[in-house]
Amino acid sequence: MALSRREFIKTTAAVAAATAVGMSVPEDILAIAAKAEIGWKWDKSVCRFCGTGCGIMVATKDDRIVAVKGDPIAPVNMGLNCIKGYFNAKIIYGADRLTEPLMRVNDRGEFDKKGKFKPVTWKKAFDEMAKQFKKHYAALGPKGVAIFGSGQYTIMEGYTSAKLMKAGFRSNNIDPNARLCMASAVAAFMETFGIDEPAGNYDDMHHSDTVVLWGANMAEMHPVLWSKITNRKLADPGRVKVVNLTTFTNRCSNLADSEIVIKPNTDLAIQNYILREIVNRPGAIDWDFVNRNCVFATGFVDIGYGLRPKIDHPKYKKEELDTASKESFKIITKDEAVAMGSLGIKEGDRMEMKNTGKAGAHWAITFEDFKKGLEPYTLDFVAQLAKGNADEPLDEFKKKLQALADLYAEKGRKVVSFWTMGFNQHVRGTWVNEQIYAIHLLLGKQSQPGNGAFSLTGQPSACGTAREVGTFAHRLPADMVVMNPKHRAITEKIWKLPEGTLNPVMGSHFMKIMRDLEDGTIKWVWVQVNNPWQNATNANHWIAAAREMDNFIVVSDAYPSISAKVADLILPAAMIFEKWGAYGNAERRTQHWRQQVTPIGKSMSDTWQTTEFAKRFTLAEVWKEWKIDDKTSLPDVVGKAHAMGYSSKDTLFDVLFANKEAKTYKWPDPVGEGYQNTEAAGDKRNVEGFKGYGFFLQKYLWEEYRKFGLGHGHDLADFDTYHKVRGLRWPVVDGKETLWRFNSEYDPYAKAANHGKFAFYGDAGKEIPKGDLLGPRGEEKVKLPNQAKIFLRHYIDPPEIPSAEYPLWLCTGRVLEHWHTGTMTMRVPELYRAVPEAQCFMSPRDAEQHKLKDGELVWIESRRGKVKARVETRGRNLPPKGLIFVPFFDEHVLINKVTLDATCPISKEPDYKKCAVKVYKV
Amino acid sequence: MIDATRSLGIAAVGGLVWAGFLEGKKAYPTALRPPGAVDDARFLAACTKCGLCVAACPYQALVLAAPGDGRPIGTPYFVMRDRPCRMCRDIPCAAICPTGALDTGLVSDGEAGKAVLNINKARIGLAVIDRETCIAYWGIQCDACYRACPVIDKAITVDPVRNDRTGRHAILGPVVHSDHCTGCGMCERACVTKKASIFVLPRRIAMGESSDRYIRGWDAGDEKRLEEATEDTTTVTPRSGKSPTDYLNREDL
Repeated sequence: MALSRREFIKTTAAVAAATAVGMSVPEDILAIAAKAEIGWKWDKSVCRFCGTGCGIMVATKDDRIVAVKGDPIAPVNMGLNCIKGYFNAKIIYGADRLTEPLMRVNDRGEFDKKGKFKPVTWKKAFDEMAKQFKKHYAALGPKGVAIFGSGQYTIMEGYTSAKLMKAGFRSNNIDPNARLCMASAVAAFMETFGIDEPAGNYDDMHHSDTVVLWGANMAEMHPVLWSKITNRKLADPGRVKVVNLTTFTNRCSNLADSEIVIKPNTDLAIQNYILREIVNRPGAIDWDFVNRNCVFATGFVDIGYGLRPKIDHPKYKKEELDTASKESFKIITKDEAVAMGSLGIKEGDRMEMKNTGKAGAHWAITFEDFKKGLEPYTLDFVAQLAKGNADEPLDEFKKKLQALADLYAEKGRKVVSFWTMGFNQHVRGTWVNEQIYAIHLLLGKQSQPGNGAFSLTGQPSACGTAREVGTFAHRLPADMVVMNPKHRAITEKIWKLPEGTLNPVMGSHFMKIMRDLEDGTIKWVWVQVNNPWQNATNANHWIAAAREMDNFIVVSDAYPSISAKVADLILPAAMIFEKWGAYGNAERRTQHWRQQVTPIGKSMSDTWQTTEFAKRFTLAEVWKEWKIDDKTSLPDVVGKAHAMGYSSKDTLFDVLFANKEAKTYKWPDPVGEGYQNTEAAGDKRNVEGFKGYGFFLQKYLWEEYRKFGLGHGHDLADFDTYHKVRGLRWPVVDGKETLWRFNSEYDPYAKAANHGKFAFYGDAGKEIPKGDLLGPRGEEKVKLPNQAKIFLRHYIDPPEIPSAEYPLWLCTGRVLEHWHTGTMTMRVPELYRAVPEAQCFMSPRDAEQHKLKDGELVWIESRRGKVKARVETRGRNLPPKGLIFVPFFDEHVLINKVTLDATCPISKEPDYKKCAVKVYKV
Repeated sequence: MIDATRSLGIAAVGGLVWAGFLEGKKAYPTALRPPGAVDDARFLAACTKCGLCVAACPYQALVLAAPGDGRPIGTPYFVMRDRPCRMCRDIPCAAICPTGALDTGLVSDGEAGKAVLNINKARIGLAVIDRETCIAYWGIQCDACYRACPVIDKAITVDPVRNDRTGRHAILGPVVHSDHCTGCGMCERACVTKKASIFVLPRRIAMGESSDRYIRGWDAGDEKRLEEATEDTTTVTPRSGKSPTDYLNREDL
């Protein structure tokens, strides 16, 4: 059967589509499709970019990636991709890939902080890295070293780094860039449900008839999911309603039935208005659901803004001091006085931030108190506070808010609320997350197909690695925390550590690592799969600290980034298809892939880099006694280690990564037949003589890691299973994935709880004090088995708002064409061409007022720094008067020099969405 | 029957004809002129090749035709894939033209004397989409052209349709609207396919023209076309070319 090229392409596409829907395909067509693989080989993988988790197929030929296609049988995307996913085949072949270690050296080739980068061997790189580590570790202890981790780590990489830091170096100073994007979502999951990650899954998009976006520009940031929502809208345009709440007009608005442009930070007030409506509308509350499954709770309001506790810190510039002072106190405004009326707070009061240390504390309150707290959030009050577009008539804005409340409250109407950074990057990020659950819980619209509050994720493995593995300063795998002695004991058992090895003191979170560097209390940092000097807020401070102070910064990356530029040592990292790996997406779907090609140059995977570094430390060096702070010392556990059969001369590599159990995972293994494994067997490059570890490191890491979750609601399948399926949504129990958690119809854990239709069985924070609106009262604790919390949280102004000197709000974010700091996508010619630079999106009215023309170069300046960008008043984003939007992908428009490092005091996630700036001609 | 066959043939080879025409050395009719350019014949007569418009372009987007460019030497034009028109609101290229080859009146609102420049009235050309290579029509969530469009949601919109292949997603296909497209070429530059799947052509080449004698009953504004229709309503075909008597008196039965 001879076919033309066009017919041939049609045939292969038809086979893919037919396979996706389970149709049978005639034999001759199958034979033609098989022929397509002559000369190249296809294997499944995952898109490198966002948290959607699209499945892709990767074609390799002569040890090169030659093409990708959307995986037709991947349930998430069914063969589709977005514009970034389309270019997966090109991301690893940028002309300036880092191919060998680079170190700052002097003329004699010795390390010199002020030297220039020159190529060095891996051996020399690790020698200097270990020497510097040992110097600073000896002087400062486990608190003096840190790792910036990632939500783009493979699961095995994150697990390796967390294990080396926490078990090996006994330091909790490992924190991922997921702190910058998901921490508020996590904190709210833990406080509300006692367990992390969404209840629902992407099928919610097909079942729901109402989609409310709260600070989520899905059209650009989750395009494949947006196409699902679009499909749902098209399927039933009369019934399905889409609402877009945002601080500026974006690309979601053209599908939306209602666009609600709000003033920054006022989402919290709108939520309280909706809650008030629900509470006051007869029959709106689903009391059966609430009585059985929920309690009411609240917490302190005077919790600061996550800025430095020392408001006159010597490293602050003079201009920064007024904003910095808000960490200590603020003068109550008229709006705040109304909002917090139930707490007796008055306009002009000086609110001392007394509870910055207890930001996460909360207690149970009565429904009557809850209702009383909501009383001030009337439509009149909230509408005048929240209206974001000065040109919109107040009455119209009110109607939109009312209509939104109507949609939520309507009986029988299914509602899904989605959010990403609009909520999470917020000085009250945890609170806005909690309030959206409050709305859904009160209505009984949670954990059911098409009904639920759904936290979307930005990074490909923010869930799978950062959160589930726990590469955070306070976390251990499977939602456990270092502060909990039981959790440490479980972890020490699985990791085969002497009792007392793990450090019980929470480490430094992402922004605190930066501040500690600036304070000289951390002097050794390793950056993995991350670009902190471009992605952290208030960057000028951290750039100066890196370059001008006594410290040693190692950056592992595939391409030269801003962080690499400020580093002392750069290690070339293997990229996604150059290593075995796994990611976990936003709907709890875990997806694995095999190594497809040999890494470029002398680059090696982050896992290998971490395990090699571990070889340079003996137990005697790290498991001795360490003083952590005035209250805590870590015991010497070397003696106990001996009793366990370890020798003090054993290295951390021997004990943590190449132990007896690890070596039971043999390589070759049938699952890897036909594929290489650089870690296990080396590769053709023979990088500095590396012949491989001789065992299946990645499989060992996976199988050990999954022990943490089995039987605890985080069950993952075995390694080999994931190589046969297109991902599974955990908990995976008896080989079956879980579609809607906490719902006993779908979730075996909810069923086992024997608590009726729903069981919010997460066990964190399930014993809390009782109290009233002002604070906890008495010693009595309430136990909340299988229950979720409905929080009352109050509106408060952000720490920095536009003024005469800095008249505009600055909001930052992404564009569809570029991924995060652009280290990969700015190297894809087509994506670079499509959006070569970050622009300053501005209202035409502001441009006119400031006498600025499109394309004109302007300074964007805050109290902290300034950058140049070109004005754009047309195009994809249309801010209202008074707000500008600048994406952060472009290192030449390093907008984080301008942003403020205020965080949610509970989650410690910075607020990238609001600070005050001025704009003027260059 | 003969006519039908011929037109089919033209359609089939159309792509090839265009390819040769566009890349041919003498293909200057495809030149994309600056905003406010009068029609090509008048433009070539009026343009003194002074280069002021090129010098005035703040983005160095306009180029002067050099020998071998396939365009009359010294005349200004755009190469959209490289440097599209950025649609300056003050239209410096047209404003500086001393000869009227670029007529600001064509890119202004209001009467002469009180006219206000309006770059959205520029008609440099018209963006045309090749739906076969456009990846948005494959179902890829692209629409880079749409987001690059300075007249977004008017000149280019996305037209969502359900993706029957997956049953779970939508295809968001870009659609160009000639009544708003200025032909600035930002879309052509942004397009991520190897060769742009959206590209700007001179409007007279890119556009068809429908009959003046049929007005769309469902579009109130369509009646405007009647204002510009010719007064002569006579129709002639080979069948009607002869006078009735000539026809009737011819003994050829």
